[in-house]
Amino acid sequence: MKLKPIYILLFFLPVFSCKKDNYKELSTTLKGRILYNNEEIGLEYDRVPMEFYQMGFGKKGAITASFAQDGSYSVLFSDGNYKVIIPNGQGPFKWHQNAAGVNDTLTLTVNGSQTLDLQAIPYYLIRNAVYKVSGADLTATFRVDQIITGNTAKKIERVNLYVNKTQFVSGADNIANSELSGGAITDPTALTLKVNVPAIVPVQNYVFARIGVKIEGLEDMVFSPLQKIQL
Amino acid sequence: MMKKIYTVFTFTALLFMGACKKDSAFLDVPPKQIIPEEVAFSDPALALSVLGDLYNRQLDFSSLDGDGWRSFVDFSEAFPSENGSYNIVQRTGWGYGEWGIWDYGYIRDMNLFIKRATAATKLTEADKARFIAEARFLRANFYFEMAKRMGGIPLITEPMQYDYSGNVTNLQVPRSKESEVYDFVISEAEAIKNILPKDVNQKSRASKGAALAMEARAALYAGSIAKYGFKTPQVTLPGAEVGIPAGLAGGYYQKALAAAQEIINGQAGGYQLYKVLPDLSENFAAVFLDKSSVNQESIFIEDFKVNSAKVHGFTTNNQPFSISDEGLDAGRLNPSLNLVQAFEKLDNTYAPIATKDGQGNPVYYTNQLDAFAGRDARLAGTILLPNGAFKGKNVDVWAGYQLADGSILTSDDASHLAKLPGTDVAVQVVGKDGPVNGQEFRSQTGFYIRKYLDPQVGSGRRGRQSDVAFIRYRYAEVLLNAAEAAFELGMGGIADGYINQVRARAGLTRAIQGVTFDQIVHERRVELVFEGHTLYDMKRWRLAHIVWDGSKMSVSQLVSDIGLSTKKNTQPYGLWPYKYYNPGNPNHGKWLFKEVLPTAVTGANMFQMGNYYSTIGDDVLSANPKIVKQPNQ
Repeated sequence: MKLKPIYILLFFLPVFSCKKDNYKELSTTLKGRILYNNEEIGLEYDRVPMEFYQMGFGKKGAITASFAQDGSYSVLFSDGNYKVIIPNGQGPFKWHQNAAGVNDTLTLTVNGSQTLDLQAIPYYLIRNAVYKVSGADLTATFRVDQIITGNTAKKIERVNLYVNKTQFVSGADNIANSELSGGAITDPTALTLKVNVPAIVPVQNYVFARIGVKIEGLEDMVFSPLQKIQL
Repeated sequence: MMKKIYTVFTFTALLFMGACKKDSAFLDVPPKQIIPEEVAFSDPALALSVLGDLYNRQLDFSSLDGDGWRSFVDFSEAFPSENGSYNIVQRTGWGYGEWGIWDYGYIRDMNLFIKRATAATKLTEADKARFIAEARFLRANFYFEMAKRMGGIPLITEPMQYDYSGNVTNLQVPRSKESEVYDFVISEAEAIKNILPKDVNQKSRASKGAALAMEARAALYAGSIAKYGFKTPQVTLPGAEVGIPAGLAGGYYQKALAAAQEIINGQAGGYQLYKVLPDLSENFAAVFLDKSSVNQESIFIEDFKVNSAKVHGFTTNNQPFSISDEGLDAGRLNPSLNLVQAFEKLDNTYAPIATKDGQGNPVYYTNQLDAFAGRDARLAGTILLPNGAFKGKNVDVWAGYQLADGSILTSDDASHLAKLPGTDVAVQVVGKDGPVNGQEFRSQTGFYIRKYLDPQVGSGRRGRQSDVAFIRYRYAEVLLNAAEAAFELGMGGIADGYINQVRARAGLTRAIQGVTFDQIVHERRVELVFEGHTLYDMKRWRLAHIVWDGSKMSVSQLVSDIGLSTKKNTQPYGLWPYKYYNPGNPNHGKWLFKEVLPTAVTGANMFQMGNYYSTIGDDVLSANPKIVKQPNQ
């Protein structure tokens, strides 16, 4: 069979597409978690941003990323020197701050993939969460510990127990929730919240649950670790 | 021979004559596509056409042309019945950059116009003064529009010129304080109000009334940001680029009241509420349709004209499906039950649409419209209710038959028939206009929009389209602005007087005595809904993060606390009518209603602190290091 010229052309196609690109692909991964003394600070998915600045390239915008529910993050970029910040007013925690009380910047040299855990001080942490199932009722017992005390302490606005059929559990993503207002808390070391889990279609014999604390004057809630619960 | 010489001679002569044309005359041909500056500003008609372009580029949050309908379906006041637009009710909030504008190209064009018009020598003084005043009005109005979204922004009132020195620091202007932008808008309005014509019929060009209406609204916004800013301490900047000190609230409210009262007292012309038609609902709908001189309510409008390039497809997009002029093009904008039930009863009380009695049994209505009877006339003037009339036909909205055994007989389209129990003939079991979950271009909440919907023959056709005007400022809003300013200043009696005028026009004859903040919030919602106020009102009262708190709504949350300013409003509900089928039963053939969340609604609106002021783009921040970032940026 004689090859038509058009097919001969096709042979050249891969040659052209293999031409070297000007920029190296992004291959360096920086990942880690935000922690308080190696304890998880639970967050709402994609709500708390972090910004990476690399100086000297084009416009001075940031590479932005956000934390996952368990406070982990993962960013793909190229090697170099970066400055990292969590902008003011974001997150249910205090990040490094300078004398003026403004969030401080962390300098960072990235050379090859690495893991970097960040430390922050949350206003509250939810601990010892125990979930019990009885029929369609899910009961959670837990304690809320105040971490930041003194002048900069903030009050609890409300505490919620959220239940969802997927792993995303928050105020926006839930099928059932119950609420306890901050004023109604007498003993924060022994709290109980109960929700009635509605029927799930299609049927599913497990749910995911988390407890969230809304702190006065802060937008982002702090959550307990995600728990899968068999019904 | 002689003849040949003669011909050659003639050609040579012609050659020289052509060649002898002076270079300057040959090269300096005036361009045919561009009108030079000195020509444009020599003739009032040409100058007006330049100004017309500036008018056209004014920005409104909501508009009727293009995809304007989509700006109305947000904030849970309505549901978008179009497959491509469900993301509006599926997202869980707005991006920090949403609503942001930073259009200094337009500002520069307006500054250039003012400079060139000021320098013009061939225009009469009267023309010149008016053109300049109009451009200053547009500039102030646009700065106001930017301030609502961005807070304090650089105030540039001169066309800036780069001097090619390589140094641009003189062009880098820092952000003004938020209060300074409002001060600018107010002072510009004061400066130009007496130059602009005092003419009620001047609606699409700036008038004294428009300048005062802008001043009243701007001062009111500034006053409420100052007064309610304490609720959101996170939303401030140390240099006051965002946020206004609480001490300035009183002064702004006084300015708002004074400017509004100047209109109310007739110093800007004889503006008044539109009271022409005996049927109050028809009358309210006609406020937005009547463009004749009878309408002395609209103050400043974006006008449209059929058979010109400036028409809009609002009616095409949103007309009821079965009454559509355009086959399948219809029904995108479906007002929510949240909004419908906000219209109060004629005895000034709030109540949800009754669907169940005290024992939890359904309430049966003989006619669908009975469920909405005895309410604020603006309800039927704003929203096309089930069985409501448009273009002489009635909307066919019902979700199916409710059978005696509790089951429902319905189908996915009105043309798919089904047999009722005990019968052999297949009948229509769902309304031609919906509601069916997920069926686009038909109502999925049970309601259609009526505000702006053009009853003219052919207005729903894609070819002709509609020329209903978008009202930017109208007298009823001026009254509400005056009422709110007076209320905040502690002048309750004056506030009552103004708000009751608006309410009386709506058929609420029991006057309010001692108006409350909740009532002011509520009145603005029902009077001004779908006019581009919702977002900014909630922002300036710092209510947005409370009303749109990101949590889902249950039916019991939906039907309680109606009329409270802090009522949660995160998901647009619908109200579906069913026909009761139970031969022999006294309620057979009557209607019952159910609250329904359209299945496309999966998100819940969450307004974050970072939404109060839109982010400033990285390009702007890179180009001008003097610009301060927004508080949540």
